[in-house]
Amino acid sequence: MKKTYKIEVDCANCANLMEDAAKNTPGVADATVNFMALKMKVTFVEGADVQTVMENVLANCKKVEDDCEIFF
Amino acid sequence: MNKKQKKNLVRIIVAAVLLLILSYAPLTGGGRFIAYLIPYLIVGYDILLKAGKGIKNRRAFDECLLMAIATIGAMALAVYEDGDYTEAIAVMLFYQIGEWFQSYAVGRSRRDISALMDIRPDYANLQRENGELEKVDPDEVEIGSVIVVKPGEKIPLDGVVVEGTSTLNTVALTGEAMPRDIQTGDEVLSGCININGLLKIRTTKEFDESTASKILEMVEDASSRKSKSENFIAKFARVYTPIVVYAAIALAVLPPLTRMLFMGMPADWGTWIYRALIFLVISCPCALVVSIPLSFFAGIGGASRQGVLVKGANYLETLAEVDTVVFDKTGTLTKGVFQVSAIHTDVLDEKQLLHLAAHVERFSTHPIAESLRMAFGHEADGCNVEQVEEISGQGIRALVNGQIIHVGNDKLMDAIGVKWHECEHDTPGTMIHVAVAGEYAGHIIIADAVKEHAKDAIVALKENGIRQTVMLTGDSMKVADKVAADLQLDIVYSQLLPQDKVRKVEELLAGRNSGKLAFVGDGINDAPVLSRADVGIAMGAMGSDAAIEAADIVLMDDDPLKISVAQRVARKTLRIVKQNIYFSIGVKVLVMILGALGFANMWAAIFADVGVMVLAVLNAVRAMFINSVK
Repeated sequence: MKKTYKIEVDCANCANLMEDAAKNTPGVADATVNFMALKMKVTFVEGADVQTVMENVLANCKKVEDDCEIFF
Repeated sequence: MNKKQKKNLVRIIVAAVLLLILSYAPLTGGGRFIAYLIPYLIVGYDILLKAGKGIKNRRAFDECLLMAIATIGAMALAVYEDGDYTEAIAVMLFYQIGEWFQSYAVGRSRRDISALMDIRPDYANLQRENGELEKVDPDEVEIGSVIVVKPGEKIPLDGVVVEGTSTLNTVALTGEAMPRDIQTGDEVLSGCININGLLKIRTTKEFDESTASKILEMVEDASSRKSKSENFIAKFARVYTPIVVYAAIALAVLPPLTRMLFMGMPADWGTWIYRALIFLVISCPCALVVSIPLSFFAGIGGASRQGVLVKGANYLETLAEVDTVVFDKTGTLTKGVFQVSAIHTDVLDEKQLLHLAAHVERFSTHPIAESLRMAFGHEADGCNVEQVEEISGQGIRALVNGQIIHVGNDKLMDAIGVKWHECEHDTPGTMIHVAVAGEYAGHIIIADAVKEHAKDAIVALKENGIRQTVMLTGDSMKVADKVAADLQLDIVYSQLLPQDKVRKVEELLAGRNSGKLAFVGDGINDAPVLSRADVGIAMGAMGSDAAIEAADIVLMDDDPLKISVAQRVARKTLRIVKQNIYFSIGVKVLVMILGALGFANMWAAIFADVGVMVLAVLNAVRAMFINSVK
């Protein structure tokens, strides 16, 4: 399953770091962050609970860039 | 400017003013240190806080942490050595200026590009059953509803005009400045602006499926498909910071130890730590990381202003390298509409022949009949047309002003025993013979007309350095060769079935040297070819949905001339990307070498970090601007 989320992040490098952080979150098969459009596309692993996974994604992203936000 | 940007701007200005005042203040010792600490904290407190979090999260290469170490280190050296704190504060100040500028510039480009793509309708005037109008969200309008579009409003949903005539401004959708006239029965696309008349439209699509929504989605999604350069920079950024940081540590420790242990000289720690701090200031890869996606974003935005939708940064990259362009004929190079191209008479004059033919075809709905009526112009005159009889697969017979007229193909002529002959001018196209009272009168040639810009399009592509132009068509050899000769195409393959087109493209793909291959089609039967080529370019206005789905680039106004424009945008974007990569890395490496040797100070490091970023961002924004068609 694939979902797109609106995000907030200030710098392009942080966006790349968020992408890595999201990719390494359990339950996420793949993720891309589009810095210019401020969007994160997440492909979930089959059967993953979207809400929990996204909470973990946000927590992991906060670790690399405190100022970021994901709206889900 | 948003709230955060405003706040940061104030902080930057206050700190800068304080710094200026302090440089004239006659302070010494501890008081001087504390006085200088004020602007430092004003401009850098958030960085210090973030640095603390970086430590907590064990992120050794956190940008803020490195910046904090660099500035605190410089402050400490200043206390220890000569008491000049300006450099340390300037590093922080300019770092913040850089961040602020980046945020402002990116925000501006985001807004500029969404303004270029200002096609998102905000509301629809829905007509209720009792005739009253209600302003509703376009999302809520169901298929088949009637909506009213007043002059000056945007058409919110795709549909068919049921009442009214008007002129539409389609520039946001197609890049075509010429307004389009529409009347009852015409199909209209969402995103166009109604210029003068009141229109009633029956919607044929839901909001999400309407053209405006689809285009916006495509453009917004485009930057998610990353280019090779973006992936390269992302990888580079991952290794760059650690390398620079380790180099800094080595620079701070190794030379002093070497001097002390092996050369018997004083260690001179201060000098080497200072040089290491220069490295830390340059350790952020920001300039590169922000300027590459910004360039592609600007390029895609600039292309969409020209009516060219690029569905991904990677396609822009491929398009720049294209050197073979393969065209479909019908609907791409030609209009896909049949027109009278020649009239050759045996007995009557041309006008009379066309006149009679048009009358006979008065009641026919066949496309050929339509083109004959169109060519004559004023078919509905006072002439008397009776006893019309359609002979399937052959033509039509009718009495016009009492005279029996046959209009049709050679089979019809054979059937009624009229002696006809092949076209003496050998004009390609479909021959329509006309016989008056059983006597052969002449023939009319109907052919698909070449698009106005088709020839210019080929010339412009050749100017762009395209090596080979190829045309594929299912049409007859005679017609295909004529079009190819007119347009000066290099190679033409005719009488192809749809599957043959895929095979031909595959052959061309196998036979090319280095450049990429683009296929341009209108999507009727060629969706598989579009996806097989390196870059698939589809005609958007007339093309099918499947083609737009399968294509990588869509020409919204069906104008083949836009292919060369799109390629110029692509090349300009790639040029800017390369400039930024070489320039940013070059300056950073140069300053690091000079810094290690002791020729560059903190100010040079500030330039290598912030200055380079500002220049790279300004350069990236240039990709948005491209001269339109010459």
